[in-house]
Amino acid sequence: MYPFEQYHSKALCQALVDQIHLMADRPLRFMEVCGGHTMAVRKYGIPSLLPDSIMLLSGPGCPVCVTSSLFIDQAIHLAAYDRMTICTFGDLLRVQGTNGSLEKAKTEGKDIRVVLSGLDALEIARQQPEKKIVLLGIGFETTAPTTAATILTARKEKISNFFVLSAHKLMPPAMEAIISEGIPINGYICPGHVTTITGIAMYKKIVENFGIGCVVSGFEPLDLLQTILMLVRQVKANQPKVEIQYSRAVKPEGNPKAMAIIEEVFETVDEWWRGLGILKASGLKPRDSFQDFDASEVFSLPVYEISEPEACICGDILKGLKKPQDCMLYGKNCTPDNPVGACMVSSEGSCQTHYNYAGIN
Amino acid sequence: MLSHGSGGSMMHNLIKDLFFNYFNNPLLNLANDSAIFPSFKGLTAFTTDSFVVDPIFFPGGDIGKLAVCGTINDLVAVGAQPYCLSAGFIIEEGFPLNDLETIVSSMATEAAKAGIFIVTGDTKVVEKGKCDKLFINTSGIGVLPGDKTRQPNPESIGAGDQIIITGCIGDHGMAVMAARNHLEGTINIQSDCAPLNLLLHGITENPGGIKCMRDPTRGGVASSLCELVKDKEFGITIHEDRIPVKPAVKGFCDMLGFDPLYVANEGKMLIFANKEKSEDIVARLKSHPLGREACCIGEVNRENHGKVVMKTAIGGTRVVGMLSGDQLPRIC
Repeated sequence: MYPFEQYHSKALCQALVDQIHLMADRPLRFMEVCGGHTMAVRKYGIPSLLPDSIMLLSGPGCPVCVTSSLFIDQAIHLAAYDRMTICTFGDLLRVQGTNGSLEKAKTEGKDIRVVLSGLDALEIARQQPEKKIVLLGIGFETTAPTTAATILTARKEKISNFFVLSAHKLMPPAMEAIISEGIPINGYICPGHVTTITGIAMYKKIVENFGIGCVVSGFEPLDLLQTILMLVRQVKANQPKVEIQYSRAVKPEGNPKAMAIIEEVFETVDEWWRGLGILKASGLKPRDSFQDFDASEVFSLPVYEISEPEACICGDILKGLKKPQDCMLYGKNCTPDNPVGACMVSSEGSCQTHYNYAGIN
Repeated sequence: MLSHGSGGSMMHNLIKDLFFNYFNNPLLNLANDSAIFPSFKGLTAFTTDSFVVDPIFFPGGDIGKLAVCGTINDLVAVGAQPYCLSAGFIIEEGFPLNDLETIVSSMATEAAKAGIFIVTGDTKVVEKGKCDKLFINTSGIGVLPGDKTRQPNPESIGAGDQIIITGCIGDHGMAVMAARNHLEGTINIQSDCAPLNLLLHGITENPGGIKCMRDPTRGGVASSLCELVKDKEFGITIHEDRIPVKPAVKGFCDMLGFDPLYVANEGKMLIFANKEKSEDIVARLKSHPLGREACCIGEVNRENHGKVVMKTAIGGTRVVGMLSGDQLPRIC
């Protein structure tokens, strides 16, 4: 049997939908901040089941989408070094830098390989000691521990030809930035997998400071519908709080071991997010004691002030201020085949998800 | 090991012996520069496809089986009965000869199973790094019985027509994906690669009513449907809860963030059929081992012109779009 069958029950989904319809007596805007949620919401056709008064927004939850063109330019610059191999997750290949993408650099003969985990990159480093291997570290608290563990393994095995170019980011600063800017939302659908690592403490600040409820959600249709119902109930009772819907995976304390590994290897730095600008202490960079593995310390890299692509409204889309179809580039100049803005690049980006699952109009 | 340049005529003969030995048939054995056969009565179908799958061996098949079945299925999709194939091999220097023999042997097996001949071919060995292990091109000729008006024709699709799939979707793409990530031992998915003339032979005449067939390979069922509906005066609705997907395929797709609707099949056919005939067609498909899970997954309607709409299993609605780029690189 398909292991998630029980979370796809039509009868149970319908019961939740009925309750949501009964309870939703005012316009409500809920934001998810996880690419997996963006995809699931569209894939299962959840918006078509909700009352018109409930709007689901996609926040900055896709790590590829918030990555700067500078990071891509730096990766392409590194690829030009002698005997250099760049290891990346597939989604990053098509993100445009100033002069093209990693995919383009690959077709020009640079050694750029798609890996499924940091450990794959480390294996290449073991097998090809004559080459330099740079892993592009990308993702939130979910993937940061695996990059950290890979660096720790490399140190333990004294592998000296393995490096990480880190664009790892932390989720809470972005969630706070969105509300601080006064963007009207009534609740956060919080990222299930990020929270398995971090635990829920980080959301308490959002509830206390901004009076917005946070429900940690799973990824199956019943999970998402139940989360929406929980948020609607919170708003109606005027009792914003942190709740865990995804209790089969998320513990309140998270995964302290994984958090400790992040803490051991990385320190926080101010980081630029597409659409949000520079957010304080929102990025992760290897600590000085791990400098030997930090590609940004070992190699000289280009640095410049980052700007958004012209006419692209990815920023407003990530903040939930605009929808993909509000963009003049959407579906015309900007498509999954030829993405201008970052939200169109990843299969988990708001624009590409909308394009694939909701059509052009 | 094949060694470019060093073997000369010896290597040439070795390869030639291999092919003649396995593909053995009267047309090939004449060893002319071209195969010669009488012209057919009625219409002739002609198609070609190149195969570069990586890895070349995967659960349920290999590049050779794929090269034979893929081209046969392209012929079957237009309602033709496959007759003969050509096979062109581009081999990387250093490629193990026993692997080549395994692949040639599996091509011969599939051809025999499908009742067709491989009547002409070519071999080139290129320097190391100039191709990846082995690439195969096959072209095929098929015969269309009867006149054109009795053949499937996408222009005849109209509201009310039923959409049938001949079995579970996504097996091939995910089997290759498992092999590529060395997960064959952990994830038990076999490629569905099979010659579909065995399943569909005669079905266009009896029970008839077939308007159009599509072989949903790269891009999967979703892309085939989107291509067919584009710019048309009709729309397509499919029902998620009717689409057969094996639990292992669904689970592995979940793990990797893929949608089985976009994953390649190599032994399935999408059939657009007359509503009155559709039940008979499904019943007939089900009576064959290759069509046990055949079912009707949707219908053509007058709504949503040019779009494929899915009723999701939980009762929602969404549009099914074209896949951009490659969800899985080099799967065929």
